[in-house]
Amino acid sequence: MTALALPAPMRALRHPAGGLAGGWLVAVIAAAVLAPVLSPWAYDVQALKDAYQPPSALHWLGTDEFGRDLLTRLVYGARTSLSVSGIAILLSVLCGMVLGAAAAWFGGWFDRAVTTVVDLTWSFPEILIALILVAIIGPGTTGTMIAIAVAYLAQFTRLTRAQIMTLKGETFIEAARSLGAGNAHILLRHLLPNALAPVLVSAMLATGDAIILEATLGFFGLGAQPPVPSWGGMMSAGSALVFKAPWIILFPGLVVAVTVVAINLYGDALIAELDIRGRMRAAA
Amino acid sequence: MLSWLIRRVLMLVPVFLAVSVVIFSILHFIPGDPIDNLLKPGSSPTARAEMEVRYGLDRPLPVQYGIWLSKVVRGDLGTAIVARRPVADLIAQALPHSLRLGGLALLFSSLFGVVLGVVAALNRGRWPDRVIMGGVLLGSTMPSFWLGLILMLAFSVWLGWFPVSGARGWSSLVLPVLTIGLGGTALITRITRVAMIEASGRDFVTLLHAKGLSPLRIQLRHVLRHALIPVVTILALRIGWILGGAVTVEVVFARPGLGTLLIKSLSQHDYPVVQACLLMLAMAVMLGTLLGDILQAAMDPRVRAALS
Amino acid sequence: MSALLELSQVGVAIGKVALLDRISLSVDRRQILGLVGESGSGKSLTAMAALGLLPLIGGRVTEGCVRFDGQDMAAMTDGQRRALRGRRIGFVTQNPMTALDPVQRIGEQVDVVSRLHLGLSRSAASARTLDLLTQLRIPEAAAVADAFPHQLSGGMKQRIVIAMALAGEPDLIIADEPTTALDVTVQAQIIQILGRLVRDRGLALLLITHDMGVVAQVCDRVAVLYAGRLAEEGPVGPIFAAPAHPYTAALIGCIPQEGMARGSLRGIPGAVPSALAFPPGCRFHPRCPRATDLCRATVPPLLARGEGRAACHHPGHGAGAVP
Repeated sequence: MTALALPAPMRALRHPAGGLAGGWLVAVIAAAVLAPVLSPWAYDVQALKDAYQPPSALHWLGTDEFGRDLLTRLVYGARTSLSVSGIAILLSVLCGMVLGAAAAWFGGWFDRAVTTVVDLTWSFPEILIALILVAIIGPGTTGTMIAIAVAYLAQFTRLTRAQIMTLKGETFIEAARSLGAGNAHILLRHLLPNALAPVLVSAMLATGDAIILEATLGFFGLGAQPPVPSWGGMMSAGSALVFKAPWIILFPGLVVAVTVVAINLYGDALIAELDIRGRMRAAA
Repeated sequence: MLSWLIRRVLMLVPVFLAVSVVIFSILHFIPGDPIDNLLKPGSSPTARAEMEVRYGLDRPLPVQYGIWLSKVVRGDLGTAIVARRPVADLIAQALPHSLRLGGLALLFSSLFGVVLGVVAALNRGRWPDRVIMGGVLLGSTMPSFWLGLILMLAFSVWLGWFPVSGARGWSSLVLPVLTIGLGGTALITRITRVAMIEASGRDFVTLLHAKGLSPLRIQLRHVLRHALIPVVTILALRIGWILGGAVTVEVVFARPGLGTLLIKSLSQHDYPVVQACLLMLAMAVMLGTLLGDILQAAMDPRVRAALS
Repeated sequence: MSALLELSQVGVAIGKVALLDRISLSVDRRQILGLVGESGSGKSLTAMAALGLLPLIGGRVTEGCVRFDGQDMAAMTDGQRRALRGRRIGFVTQNPMTALDPVQRIGEQVDVVSRLHLGLSRSAASARTLDLLTQLRIPEAAAVADAFPHQLSGGMKQRIVIAMALAGEPDLIIADEPTTALDVTVQAQIIQILGRLVRDRGLALLLITHDMGVVAQVCDRVAVLYAGRLAEEGPVGPIFAAPAHPYTAALIGCIPQEGMARGSLRGIPGAVPSALAFPPGCRFHPRCPRATDLCRATVPPLLARGEGRAACHHPGHGAGAVP
């Protein structure tokens, strides 16, 4: 019975996969936060005589072309990559919820316009949208953030709209309305909170995709600019050296993959705990 | 049926116009003047103005759009500012490579995705399901450029089975197709599995069992047929995804194609080429949705009935 | 000599939840057994058990045995059970609207049964299908066979489902609430069709319904199910004249009578308990007007009563015993 009293995000940790995944995510976030404390190396000090060292006891994951410790850069890179994708998705969710809720609530031409634009962008690959936007805004963390936020806007608008549309017809909304509740009250107090769980969980899952997108933009040299490390940027530098020093690109890629897997596994456990699988799929 | 098809194709016209406006205007927000790339440092303002007139950059935007669109419709995509060749030529050179790569990747992922999805659904909750879904999860979480480089490292450099890069011969296609295809396979496997499980819970399946049909026949002839309807729909909507994958992978494998052309012209601020590339990709997406609708109508008599 | 279909002391569970408790029933050729109860009483589960289709819904027979034509179905292989379904046991589902494969033509869906079980060729099977549809008084049989399910009305679809059930020349038809989803006028037609099949073809029919009116109209025997247990079973006449179990009496009380004022129809207060929380003793006691401490503590045994059986500590003695 105590298990039921815990909030769903904690209960999700009790699933075998969810717990493992949650543990990894906590570890990555903690490492990112504590990076300066954890690492004896600096992420930006070059030591050319130490360049291209394979993994060793001194440099656990080896060094890059400037002799910088890769593990250190990976941990600092987590700061950039996680915060950029996290903030981008947060931005995207907020805008998407407002847009989706407004479209579902007001209906009519506004809904049709939003739906058309959203469907149109939804069929375009996120990477293309993001590439164009970064080209407009200019490379760097801000540009990447905005580009990712816009790239995922369609998804959250769709999801929120679908949620509100289903909830709109349900009896408790009718009841609230018959009790004289106003539009804003119903929308803010009844509809949005109920639509929140699926949107938040899909936001978490999208953060995983956003990490990949951020890495891809970084790979094209459009993400965080050197010497600030990001996972994508590290792989971009490593791609030119893939035959000479494969470890430079290998580890950031692995960390990205494992982190995204962890987000998905934890998300799955969360969906199971919240029992919202059907609602997640309805809008996909 | 035919009238529906005509109406459906005509519906693409406003979409095409909207997309063309977006593509045209977005490109004019991009900072960085392509003229700068063309002029020698220290050129006179007169030379600059001449250049602007030559590429029509001195007119108001709506006029520029009108001129551009009327040319595009006639197949004239303008002249590349940097490459100084007709854009149509560049596209014509790049397109077959992208189509071959995208088409094969689509085929690969549809085939493997459906097969894996069916196997996973038939073994729901047992180890084959877990293994497949685990692999699918892993496959969909690796950045495609990274996967491409790792595959290149393993199969081209260490094993020497395939060429490292370029587009000579079919063997150069294997790794790029695999790289894009794995992501697509993950998507299709997931949809197929869910659709199969959902379809096998339907009422009519119980009656099929009650008729004494064998479970395998029910799954493959009836359940799969239903499951394929959402698979085709989503696949058609997501053709763009495959193309998006192609963009990155083309760059990684240094293959000629729309993706490489797009990335190169983006960095060179070569408007006409970028516009043409985006237009091609947009058309592919639109044709994909059209194809999806047609396939859906072909597969589901209820959809056909709703159309006529 | 055993009956065509015989369930003896059958228990069924899904996962760890026991849903049917020692159900015994039998139905023979030229006989219609009505299986009655509210939703949740376990009627459909009984049908699935008789068809050997419990694994489809994650269920299994935990005790007792289901015999078809004297053979224990549990002892059969999957293939043998499959050979019975469609061939010797026809099934008519609850909701004709969703019972047919929406993307396959009607004709093919009926054809497959005779092709599979009777080994007919494609053309012989479709000829036979047309014949069956005509027998079921479906107008323009050829056009219907060529149609897709969404082009037909509910009543028409149910006839198609019946045609599918008949296509294998079965000995037994199990009809799970065949009329619930249909209009009242169509309901009567479908019941008529089923009744005629039993008379004309000498079939056995297990008719699952929640409508005692239908039972009174066509059935020979009736079995009343409540919360996974048999409440009462026996020939229709005596049971309708003098129901022993108060639940039977209450169900009979639910039949609309001619001349009855609208809204005066008696319902049964309360609801069937969930299988997760069956009450102790007689499972009907929370809703029963005759319930005593004995009912609350002890499970009533199923005792012979005339030609039937009933499980009640305080059986009624006549029509006046309706609570």
